[in-house]
Amino acid sequence: MNRISGKWIVLAITVIAVIIPLVVTNKYYMNILIMSGIWSIVALSLNLILGYTGQVNLAHGAFFGIGAYASALLMLKLKLGFWLALPFAAAIAGFFGFLIGLPALRTRGSYFAIGTLCFNIIVTLIVDRWEGLTEGASPLPWGGEITFKTMAAQYYLVLCFLLLTIFVLRRIMQSLVGRTFRAIRGNEELAEAVGIHAMRTKILSFTVSCFFAGVGGVLYASYIGFLSPEITDYHVSFDALIYVMIGGVGTIVGPIIGTLLIVTIPETLHIAAEFRLLLYGLILIVMIIYLPRGIVGWIKELKGKRRQEVIWEKS
Amino acid sequence: MVLFFQQLVNGIMLGAAYSLVALGLTLIYGILHIPNFAHGHKYMWAAFTSLFLVVNFHTNYWVSLLIAMVVLGIVGAGVERLVYRPLRNVPHINSFIAAIGLLLALESLSLIFWGADFRRFPTLYDKPIHLLGVAITLQRLLVIAGAALFIILLQVFIKRTWLGATIEAVAQDPEGAQLVGISIDRVSSLTFGIGTALAAAAATLIAPVFLVYPTMGSMPNLKAFVVIIIGGMGSIPGAVIGGFMLGLIEALGGGYISTDYKDLFAFGALVTFLTLRPMGLFGKGVR
Amino acid sequence: MGEILTVQGLTRHFGGLAAVMDLSFDVRAGEILSLIGPNGAGKTTVFNLITGTLLPTRGKVFFQDHEITGSRPHETTSFGIARTFQTTSLFYDETVMDNLIVSYHCRTRMGIWDAVFQTGRSREDERRCRQKAGEILEFIGLQDRVSELARNIPQESQKRLALGLALVTEPKLLLLDEPTGGLTEEENISMMALIQKVRTRGITIFLIEHKMKIVMNISDRIVVLNYGEKIADGSPQEVGRNSAVIEAYLGAGYAET
Repeated sequence: MNRISGKWIVLAITVIAVIIPLVVTNKYYMNILIMSGIWSIVALSLNLILGYTGQVNLAHGAFFGIGAYASALLMLKLKLGFWLALPFAAAIAGFFGFLIGLPALRTRGSYFAIGTLCFNIIVTLIVDRWEGLTEGASPLPWGGEITFKTMAAQYYLVLCFLLLTIFVLRRIMQSLVGRTFRAIRGNEELAEAVGIHAMRTKILSFTVSCFFAGVGGVLYASYIGFLSPEITDYHVSFDALIYVMIGGVGTIVGPIIGTLLIVTIPETLHIAAEFRLLLYGLILIVMIIYLPRGIVGWIKELKGKRRQEVIWEKS
Repeated sequence: MVLFFQQLVNGIMLGAAYSLVALGLTLIYGILHIPNFAHGHKYMWAAFTSLFLVVNFHTNYWVSLLIAMVVLGIVGAGVERLVYRPLRNVPHINSFIAAIGLLLALESLSLIFWGADFRRFPTLYDKPIHLLGVAITLQRLLVIAGAALFIILLQVFIKRTWLGATIEAVAQDPEGAQLVGISIDRVSSLTFGIGTALAAAAATLIAPVFLVYPTMGSMPNLKAFVVIIIGGMGSIPGAVIGGFMLGLIEALGGGYISTDYKDLFAFGALVTFLTLRPMGLFGKGVR
Repeated sequence: MGEILTVQGLTRHFGGLAAVMDLSFDVRAGEILSLIGPNGAGKTTVFNLITGTLLPTRGKVFFQDHEITGSRPHETTSFGIARTFQTTSLFYDETVMDNLIVSYHCRTRMGIWDAVFQTGRSREDERRCRQKAGEILEFIGLQDRVSELARNIPQESQKRLALGLALVTEPKLLLLDEPTGGLTEEENISMMALIQKVRTRGITIFLIEHKMKIVMNISDRIVVLNYGEKIADGSPQEVGRNSAVIEAYLGAGYAET
């Protein structure tokens, strides 16, 4: 598959994505698509720190939730409009990412995974108990202007941000900065030996990752309309992990495909929640043993392509 | 003063339970260098298994405890064979992710089989007795005694039996152990089996004190990890001391400072240790 | 000429064991200096102490008259000290070219905003990376392997690539840890020729090597280590005659290849 036809395929998919609301009017399916879009943003952001920089972050749910809550509070208490609240809330999520990354990224591998998981739990506990700030366990209405009343409008909002996320992350991943992320994943000691500041690079990756998780959180909040501490829960982190791992770490398309598969298929098959969970668990086990690079990674290997996505040739 | 003693006893009881669960975890980590993140969910299944036996077959409490240990021991060994062994030569983080998958599978199976309800574990030992002005149930004392017994049994097993020696050998030097004919596969399965059986014992001991439900394993799991990180991954004394430390911190902190935030102590402690002293109190610095 | 690197009283303990004890020597600019000694003598530890992978228990390291003791590895690389590792260390999942490109990062200035907005600076930096990578690719002779994955190329090419990664960082001093490890006779000769080529670019070379024939042939000077202490230094002839050295090797020196 040469690059020219690749570009046409992307264009075709984008066009299809744009006209979908004109064709699909069933609310059920629109709901699935909107949720897929939001979760794709979250999965893509996790992919940056996990797939690209090689650190298994299990705190992603916390940043998703921080973005959501931050936007709600900014709109409720500071009366900011949506278009201001969103970037600020995402920036707050990114900032917390930076703060948490500073101690957490001094650890590696399983220690890092456990440490971030614990950070996630701490955040959930605080959100749940600090009633003065977040109303605790009672639902916090996502106050503010509702300029996106129709599902179609919501859909386009999410789609725009998804495309923006893809655009920005792709630029980062294909740049020299993205190469340093991959270097850390590949061989951190060697990366340091060739002059890459490992800690700084990891924190950068983590912060950007959390920023976009926050974006996803804000969009989720605006769509669902009210918040509860569960959205910061570590099960969100596990979900994001599954989407990324099944689709394929370290690729742009992977997380999106993973999210689409996981979000849409069980929904359309009306599989009950517990069985869905069972399925995810089993699939995760099978994937990590036999297909650690996910579906997209597997397809790429079949085609004999290199496993990285960056094809940096000036044509 | 009464509050203090009450919380002290609670703390020791919690500590005993945490130690036992953490022991299984640290044993597995010491040999296989796998953080067995699904440990807590096997613990949960042990509680359900013994509950099932006691309620449906009126099995004696102690017999059901032993059966649960055996069943979960086999499950543990099976999991090692099917899930972790294929991942032996890949970075450990892959095993961690596999453990997450296992965790989800076990939790969902529990929801499917048993439903989400919280159940009480009927026991003969729930009459309160009075000790030093404090009212505690015999069950709580049994938790402490049972944990102590198993800890001692484990020490004896490791230090005095041949099988235990093979486990120590593999923990210290897998290649050397192989050279003298010890089968890493067998030792791995055995270790996993024993580690899980210990968690099963802890679960059955403590289930009557609290409630039994599908997600009951999540917190103990995480806290067991807190314990072994504080105590040092792979260190048996670390698991025991860390377990009791955590139990006491939680009980006393929860009683005196705030029940709302009591779980925070465990995780705050973990985060502190991870950043300042990742190898824990007794750890060998192996990652 | 002058000293490009000076090591003073360098000491490193691991628990009760002194891996390196009170080591002092100079590396003169433009020379090829070899570090030899029996197995376990502490040679790689010396490299690690210089590059900052390990912190010395005592002692100082000076590079180009500035003290660099305790600097981290990425800092020493930016100062101009590059190294290779005893077990070949590469980015195995990347292509040969990508390996070389990312190694130039320390000489660029672009940041994440440059990446997102594709500023002039980012395009300039990326062009320079490509250029440098291409230049070193030719220098080490791996042009026909440019798109292969580092894990798939033969061992000799991997050693060359590792050398190439170090060269891309534009070092003034190059630390090579057993560059001929696992190579055949023929491959040894071509690797040594490559190292000579590196010296002609004005880069000082500090080399750990076991194979005596190579050491005697290529070195301007030799430092000999045994049990973490320096037991001799000087020209190859001087060192070859030194009784302490011969004793340390139990007379097996020249018989080794």
